[in-house]
Amino acid sequence: MSGGLYSTEAHNLDTTLNLKKVKPYGDTMNDGKTQLSFTLPIPSGAEAIEAAKQLMLKMGFENPQVVFYKELTKGFTFFNCYGSCRHTVDYSSIHVPRVESTTWDMQQTDSYIKENIGRKLVVIGASTGTDAHTVGIDAIMNMKGYAGHFGLERYEGFDAHNLGSQVTNEEFIAKAIELEANALLVSQTVTQKDVHIKNLVELVELLEAEGLRSKVILCCGGPRITHELAKELGYDAGFGMNTYADDVASFIAQEFVRRMNA
Amino acid sequence: MLKSKLGLDVEKVGYAKSIAKDIANEVQQFVVNYTTVAVERTLCRLLGIDGIDLDGVPLPNVLVDSLKEKGVLEQGVIFYIGNAMVETGLSPQQIATQVSEGKLDLTALNVHPGEKIDMAIQPMVTASLQRIKERRARRDSYLKTIGEGSQPYIYVIVATGNIYEDVVQAQAAARQGADIIAVIRTTGQSLLDYVPYGATTEGFGGTYATQENFRIMRKALDEVSEEVGRYIRLCNYCSGLCMPEIAVMGAFEGLDVMLNDALYGILFRDINMQRTLIDQYFSRIINGYAGVIINTGEDNYLTTADAFEEAHTVLASDLINEQLAFIAGIPAKQMGLGHAFEMDPELENGFLFELAQAQMTREIFPEATLKYMPPTKFMTGNIFRGQIQNALFNQISVWTGQGIQLLGMLTEAIHTPFMSDRFLAIENAKYIFNNMRSIGDEVEFKENGIIRNRAKEVLQKAIELLESLKHEGLFNALEQGKFGGVKRPKTGGKGLSGVVQRGTNYRNPFVEPMLNRK
Repeated sequence: MSGGLYSTEAHNLDTTLNLKKVKPYGDTMNDGKTQLSFTLPIPSGAEAIEAAKQLMLKMGFENPQVVFYKELTKGFTFFNCYGSCRHTVDYSSIHVPRVESTTWDMQQTDSYIKENIGRKLVVIGASTGTDAHTVGIDAIMNMKGYAGHFGLERYEGFDAHNLGSQVTNEEFIAKAIELEANALLVSQTVTQKDVHIKNLVELVELLEAEGLRSKVILCCGGPRITHELAKELGYDAGFGMNTYADDVASFIAQEFVRRMNA
Repeated sequence: MLKSKLGLDVEKVGYAKSIAKDIANEVQQFVVNYTTVAVERTLCRLLGIDGIDLDGVPLPNVLVDSLKEKGVLEQGVIFYIGNAMVETGLSPQQIATQVSEGKLDLTALNVHPGEKIDMAIQPMVTASLQRIKERRARRDSYLKTIGEGSQPYIYVIVATGNIYEDVVQAQAAARQGADIIAVIRTTGQSLLDYVPYGATTEGFGGTYATQENFRIMRKALDEVSEEVGRYIRLCNYCSGLCMPEIAVMGAFEGLDVMLNDALYGILFRDINMQRTLIDQYFSRIINGYAGVIINTGEDNYLTTADAFEEAHTVLASDLINEQLAFIAGIPAKQMGLGHAFEMDPELENGFLFELAQAQMTREIFPEATLKYMPPTKFMTGNIFRGQIQNALFNQISVWTGQGIQLLGMLTEAIHTPFMSDRFLAIENAKYIFNNMRSIGDEVEFKENGIIRNRAKEVLQKAIELLESLKHEGLFNALEQGKFGGVKRPKTGGKGLSGVVQRGTNYRNPFVEPMLNRK
């Protein structure tokens, strides 16, 4: 493999890893190789390929290649492409806010609650607003849990109430008052036109109006939720993709004890 | 049942169906004594009432609400409108307009004899039945002249929120090979107790179901059907609080497939069970008459319950739904009973269990246009694995002869489908359907093997569940959370205030001719 037609190796590549200048890795350090696909609203043909390549150059790719293209319907062409990314990022200076708790398994969290709190914490969860998806809240709360992570209902340390989907913020708060909830979990799956943001902000405002905000641990979750976003919206924590009941449970227990001792 | 490849016991299947029938009959005994605001609004629409008042409220709502406020809804709109027609000589539409303008109080008129009311209503009944029959004939003529795709029908969704953008996406999908286009409804529409009016361009996660949107999309699909030489079916959602109203709008505008399942609404939308079972009965009568294929929502159980452990609840519910559909006059061919490919991909031999369950469903409902749903619960952001999960799902479908294949999207759990996602899904399905077309005729299953035993086990457990359901009644079973692990109280949920027991003057002149295909 020495620079022939099929070589993906660029010449004169500095192949040492520099964390201040990180770029994508295909099969050689710093080759920048990236795969991407997109559709352009133009008919297929030589001009379409050229358009895709020019666009990739503007996106910051060197040596753009269109490896597959297909007109999906009249006037719309789909492309699979490869290119070498020109840009780098400084990994060493990155700081991402994250939920400040240690993730424990169920037994650890249960015994922590038993020892430090001595009673069950009341947790209510719902998919609120018009969102009909229960998959997120179910994964966190249901007895069975998700992907091997038991849900809060199975924990001895929690009295968990899953209110299901399409719960209005008003109903949610009423239930929180009725059950004297210690922690509130809101799941948002539908995010078109930022409907989730409006809904999440509204809940915070309503809780503040009721004088409840500081009395509860408030968390939100969903595939498009990050901890950073959650904090921005006035939540105590946000749980996005690849987080499970263990993460949520550990956070609630540790945050509750932190506040108790504060 | 043809010779079973699974060695299923024919007598056991017959027994399961007989218990399901008893359960359905018990539900029906309750249903026939009641009506709902949605059923009454549907009757308004069947009498030709359409449009909105100055505040944008649909006239059927104005009229039905006025009777409800006066506490006389139990006599039904047919009685009051028919009576007003005899008294005033006005048409139902004119009567509705006058009620909305506050010029007419239907309860303040002289009461005319029942026969006169029936005679006044009859021309409207005939006209609406005719309108629906013509729509049905139009579909049949398309199927006869340009034909259709072979089963499993390729079913894809569009969900832009804007009906005009949906048209672009739908036509593109049809050109790529889709046989059924479903326009996903905007999130939350199932909980509206009215149907929005006119063409709409705003929605969250979907597009409002309105009669005008139905018309726009059906017209666009007619065009593309002629272009591709294959009839493209249109699907929408006859569920939620407006079940029968959506059914009649679909019947008028030539929809071909409708999600239509009370159990789904009860469990996953928290709609009151009494309300929606009453609504379902009339909506299914309309769908049956209009030649619409109904889809049931059992697949959803497996998004909350485990697909391996709870497979028998899906079968039990399919069996009950089949009997409820028979009662509403829906022939087996128009039954898209639902199930899904939702087992944990980590489960050893999961494919074999899925295959067993799909084949079992096929054999137990041999004529049904079974609706098979794709993996969703275990779809992650790993689109590459997602494409493989969908490929396994497609293999089982063509192998076991499913009717409607709701295509899985590799970007499930990320976003509503891009045009390219749909292309990749259709390409995946067409490749597998073509490449493995006759595998079901070639391969038999080993006696006492994993597949046969799995099917036997699921049937046995479904029978045990049905026996306990029969003992307790469906309403109680739903209260106890027997399906999908979701518990719903009989008097809880949304829409109960819209239920009334039928009074002495109550009449619905559409049920009999629709059930008898007049």
